[in-house]
Amino acid sequence: MEGAVDAQSLISMSLMKIHSSRTQRGGIKLHKNLLVSFVLRNARQVYLKERYAQIYRMQQYQEVLTVCDEIQELDPLDPLDPDLEEPGQDAALPGCGKDPDPPDPPDYPSCCLEAPLSHCTRTTVLDLDTHVVTTVENGFLHQDCCCAAPQCAPDPNPEPPDPNPDPAPRKRKGGFRSSEEEEEEVSDFTGSRKRLKREDGPEPNPEQLDSSNISNLISIFGSGFSGLLSRQADLEQICSKQALASLGAWTRAIVAF
Amino acid sequence: MEEESDTRKINNSFLRDHNYATEADIISTVEFNSTGELLATGDKGGRVVVFQREQESKTQPHRRGEYNVYSTFQSHEPEFDYLKSLEIEEKINKIKWLPQQNAAYFLLSTNDKTVKLWKISERDKRPEGYNLKDEDGRIRDPSTITSLRVPVLQPMDLMVEATARRVFSNAHTYHINSISVNSDLQTYISTDDLRVNLWNLEITDRSFNIVDIKPANMEELTEVITSAEFHPQHCHTFAYSSSKGSIRLCDMRQAALCDRHSKYFEEPEDPSTRSFFSEIISSISDVKFSHNGRYLMTRDYLTVKVWDLQMENKPLETYQVHDYLRGKLCSLYENDCIFDKFECVWNGSDSVIMTGSYNNFFRMFDRNTKRDVTLEASRENSKPRAILKPRKVCVGGKRRKDEISVDSLDFSKKILHTTWHPQENIIAVAATNNLYIFQDKVN
Repeated sequence: MEGAVDAQSLISMSLMKIHSSRTQRGGIKLHKNLLVSFVLRNARQVYLKERYAQIYRMQQYQEVLTVCDEIQELDPLDPLDPDLEEPGQDAALPGCGKDPDPPDPPDYPSCCLEAPLSHCTRTTVLDLDTHVVTTVENGFLHQDCCCAAPQCAPDPNPEPPDPNPDPAPRKRKGGFRSSEEEEEEVSDFTGSRKRLKREDGPEPNPEQLDSSNISNLISIFGSGFSGLLSRQADLEQICSKQALASLGAWTRAIVAF
Repeated sequence: MEEESDTRKINNSFLRDHNYATEADIISTVEFNSTGELLATGDKGGRVVVFQREQESKTQPHRRGEYNVYSTFQSHEPEFDYLKSLEIEEKINKIKWLPQQNAAYFLLSTNDKTVKLWKISERDKRPEGYNLKDEDGRIRDPSTITSLRVPVLQPMDLMVEATARRVFSNAHTYHINSISVNSDLQTYISTDDLRVNLWNLEITDRSFNIVDIKPANMEELTEVITSAEFHPQHCHTFAYSSSKGSIRLCDMRQAALCDRHSKYFEEPEDPSTRSFFSEIISSISDVKFSHNGRYLMTRDYLTVKVWDLQMENKPLETYQVHDYLRGKLCSLYENDCIFDKFECVWNGSDSVIMTGSYNNFFRMFDRNTKRDVTLEASRENSKPRAILKPRKVCVGGKRRKDEISVDSLDFSKKILHTTWHPQENIIAVAATNNLYIFQDKVN
């Protein structure tokens, strides 16, 4: 499958198609929109996999930096960890010693880490009310995966900070337990989604209203029909089930038949 | 197989001589009747044009009967559903003929919501010699009538009239995609995205729902019905295809609601060809039983498959229609061409199958010799009575003189609808707003 960049353009194309189908003569064509939602799901899966891969790499980087710090704190003549004195080790730890200020892990769920790579800084947002598709350039992946839009985007009414501590330090016990890490990420993810659901009730702030509508829309478009969820224990599957609880304009349109 | 001499291009009779095609003139369905004497076309403007084959003339035996316009009528009008604020398109989605049982012809035509039964009959006599009115139709003053006479039928110029005999409406929430007349000649089915309804041709206010795949929660929807057809001989059997690439055969004797299939045809997906668009290109756009009732043919975006009714786990034959498009799926998705619904047809003896493609190309596959040919329906490239030259698409490497490269294909010129005469080698091909009729080489 193509990489994350193609996935993003497919997502925006698909959203435009769904949007324009609402004004087509003859009404919404169920078959075509079902097929478009499949493309959306596939593109989203690829996009999210790429994102998680980046986050994983980012966390590895974090871990490496932490180890670097630990090395720096150690007495170089300390015989405790002979492995760390290997001259090749420094080379294997990128940025070690060169970057004295590693980026502070922000207080968001891990999926919202600022990614140093340029191509994941765009988010595609379709506002069905103003009919505008915008590609947002920033360092955060929001709406699409964590739905904690008020938390990620600059907001005049900031939500309470994420009660979950950054999961990265918890897992740093040396060694890479990739599957366990992912599951823990998932549970944080789930946690953040559950929190969003509870906060979703009364929405006094129109800006918050917009972003939560958009986030609902994006998550619903992202998951499409829940029957499209893959049968494997997928990260996305766990997230989407939470988001599907809220009805968006898309499902209203379908149910309207 | 060698094809074509009598290349005849018959414009829809409503076309003025414009270079552009009015959208209403785009042909949306073509169908021969069961003898091949009549050919019906439906268009986006809701009109039906019926062509009739000329009687073969004894003075010119080498000139086979050609098709001329026989009748034209407005079958469906645009409607508005006030409850849902939806416009209902008048485009004719399908036409199916009923076998002829008397002097008149009957056909079913459908748009997205309503099926209509039309009677097409000839009138070549009219009564003359009325007592109470004169020849102009003016009422005569009774006091001037001195004697009585019996009106007699006098010959007149042939007039073909079409009347709507039945209107079958309000049975479909979703868009009707197909209709199929049963071999019992008393019932027919109409199919939309989620349901199949069984009708009696005589009864318009009631239909039976025999297949319903609508999930309790629409969010769980994963597939829709794309086409359905009755078995040509077994009046209790029908098949329907789905957007997931599967076909279900149902037996109406098993239960009133045929949600449980008696056979399920599906080929497992090849994981090596998986892409973003796998679901779209595996959606079946047309399903047709063979005339002998032993095979099923299905068309998806890139292939045509022939299935043996006795073998459910894989098709008997798979034919690549335009596999060179596999690498262009992303741009075809962008311009919506990937959603085009191509139809497929059998010839009368079930030995050759035909389907359309882009650039006004259509393809024929001989099931016995395994040979295939690509032909083009266009004004520029074919003169009347010229033999059609086979075309070739160059997929890579050096392009030969007559070949066309994939990038020069015109994707706005697509052949979605074709039909084959039930007995002879005559085909009708709809290319946007033009109808092409090709015949086998004479002598």
